[in-house]
Amino acid sequence: MTEEKHVLSIIVDNEPGVLSRIAGLFSGRGFNIESLCVAETTEPLVSRITLVTTGEPPIIEQIEKQLNKLINVVKVHDLTGTEFVHREMALIKVMAKAEHRAEILRIVDIFRCKVVDVSLDHYTIEVTGDEGKMKAILNLLKPIGIKEIAKTGIIALIREAR
Amino acid sequence: MKLTGAQIMMKVLKEEGVDTIFGYPGGAVIDIYDELERTDIRHILVRQEACAVHAADGYARAGGRTGVCLVTSGPGATNTVTGIASAYMDSIPVVIFTGQVPTHLIGNDAFQEVDTVGITRPCTKHNYLVKRTEDLARIIKEAFLIASSGRPGPVLIDIPKNVSANTIDYKAPKKNKLKSYKPTYSPNVKQLQRVAEMIKDSQKPLIFAGGGVILSKASKELTELARKAQIPLTASLMGLGGFPGTDPLWLGMIGMHGTYRSNMSTGECDLMIGIGVRFDDRVTGKTDAFAPKAKIVHIDIDPTSIRKNIPVTVPVVGDCKITLALLNKLLDKEDLGDLKKKRKKWFDQIDHWKSTSPQTYNQKDVIKPQYVVDKLYELTKGEAIITTEVGQNQMWAAQYYHFDKPNHFITSGGLGCMGFGLPAAIGAQLACPDKLVVDVAGDGSIQMNIQEMTTAIQCGLPVKVVILNNGHLGMVRQWQQLFFDKRYAATCLDCAPDFVKLAEAYGAVGLRATKPEEVVPVLKKGLFSKKTVIMDFVVEKEECVYPMVPAGAPVTEMLLV
Ligand SMILES: Cc1ncc(C[n+]2csc(CCOP(=O)(O)OP(=O)(O)O)c2C)c(N)n1
Ligand SMILES: [Mg+2]
Repeated sequence: MTEEKHVLSIIVDNEPGVLSRIAGLFSGRGFNIESLCVAETTEPLVSRITLVTTGEPPIIEQIEKQLNKLINVVKVHDLTGTEFVHREMALIKVMAKAEHRAEILRIVDIFRCKVVDVSLDHYTIEVTGDEGKMKAILNLLKPIGIKEIAKTGIIALIREAR
Repeated sequence: MKLTGAQIMMKVLKEEGVDTIFGYPGGAVIDIYDELERTDIRHILVRQEACAVHAADGYARAGGRTGVCLVTSGPGATNTVTGIASAYMDSIPVVIFTGQVPTHLIGNDAFQEVDTVGITRPCTKHNYLVKRTEDLARIIKEAFLIASSGRPGPVLIDIPKNVSANTIDYKAPKKNKLKSYKPTYSPNVKQLQRVAEMIKDSQKPLIFAGGGVILSKASKELTELARKAQIPLTASLMGLGGFPGTDPLWLGMIGMHGTYRSNMSTGECDLMIGIGVRFDDRVTGKTDAFAPKAKIVHIDIDPTSIRKNIPVTVPVVGDCKITLALLNKLLDKEDLGDLKKKRKKWFDQIDHWKSTSPQTYNQKDVIKPQYVVDKLYELTKGEAIITTEVGQNQMWAAQYYHFDKPNHFITSGGLGCMGFGLPAAIGAQLACPDKLVVDVAGDGSIQMNIQEMTTAIQCGLPVKVVILNNGHLGMVRQWQQLFFDKRYAATCLDCAPDFVKLAEAYGAVGLRATKPEEVVPVLKKGLFSKKTVIMDFVVEKEECVYPMVPAGAPVTEMLLV
């Protein structure tokens, strides 16, 4: 069996301690967390967690069942295998010496990113996109020199029928 | 109505039908104790908090209801962890109330503060920290619902001191806040129809029953199924008593210390029906080699149990009792033909296994532990409630006491927690005052919670402790004998108390047998006494539990006597 990557969208009670129940479940049972994103929804009583995990199919099945077993988990959607949109955002601080500035701005332009902070020797760039786009821009910026990076992890929603 | 948190707690406990609480007081629960004292709820003062949970566990199992505990913050709470973990592994409904420091001190490393909810999160079905007195009633009601429904389990409620002391204008909670908690009780009928057909077609079926049968009170339905469809039956340690242990269809326990024929049957069956089980590693041995020729049906109320450890042909999520009742009805509609004839070869094979390696021992000059359990069974006519400690004593109790009825065998199965038997016996005796309750103990385990003798004496409980005294931590010694060239590291207990004198010091009766001919007289005297009794049986030091499947080996590869 081969490992698969799955994006889970989990609706949970918006209560203290819920995140540690989920994190504890994953660490206690040796499941993987590749990324995890939590925020409130428009309904104040619940939050949405978008969690990316990898595992062989029986493990993914266990993960879903174990999540559903938690009292504070309202609903688990396995988005993988369905039509869904997903985005990740990154803030990338690149070294921006005079000789590189034009090149960086070109990349920013091509990838439709934004420069959100500037100093004498760096730019901070805001990028939004899927995994492929993230990889591509990082590959281009790496040779120029990345000082720091912060990523949100994936957030995702099911696509509605057209 | 103006009520304090403690008063609200008592009110809701009464509404939930609680009549007994096992506990130990302290500063953080002093308001609750003050209120408890004024109710007619019986409080049992244990002598160590883990035992409050073990006793509540025994009470729950023997009485078929939810057990309740109350302890203080900090060390009171941490002491309960072993008991909670044991109840969790065995899916026993227990509600544990722990005191906590006042809300304004939480997080300050206050005196006797621990993060109880954090510590117990992985070993409870659910837990709560109550931050407002207004939430207390609803949370207690939710806790009792969660503990006792679906796959049962322990639920802990952490109550800060000010939450129990505060007075509020009490309004009964209208409804709970559980948004999605809906255990699946009724199975998918189509799946069950497949099962019925598989049963009909099978030449060599085998039922493997577990603790779920006992928890869902499905013994009657299980017995009907096995007899109607002529299916031989084995069970896990937790399933003992779910099916009559004296029935001709009964093969004995499965797994590491299961009978030869049970384990061999798993290797040959063409259909295995797992009912209320979780295919634990002590049962399956090497999973790849488990039931290699069988289609596997797995009936369980907890979806996570299914396909966790082994692949399954037909999964059925549902309550054992409801599912089996339905399956029996479906089978009534099938023309099953002459099953006895159809399965003759299978039954002949099983009989052959039985005669090649029966479960037996050889009683000579030194008392054999198996002999003690054998005689215990005879003298009590199989009617006693047996609790156990952990180790060889537990396995011999499981092998040589034949349980015909559910709720009569109470053991720490999943956690395998030494020190469980005596407090569990106390709980069982309180739930069933007219029953004979016997803790089959080892000389090691009994010393883990021997202080509970005082609890038994104080409450006038005539529990009996049968110590199979082999002078060793016998089960570990057995592994050292078999797999570590007899290097008995730290397993010799030659420095031990005199259990007879110890019994007397506690105000109980102490008896001892050192020769085989003393076994029956001591048992007769001890068992039929109205007092709390410790019987110390000085048994063969290096006896081993057989058959044995070495850890990780296929269950069909057993070490025999
Ligand atoms: C709390 C706890 N500690 C350690 C163990 C490991 N252990 C399993 S069986 C056993 C020996 C038990 O000795 P005894 O109570 O004398 O029983 P016997 O096997 O001799 O019948 C030990 C130490 C355990 N199960 N539980
Ligand atoms: Mg011993």
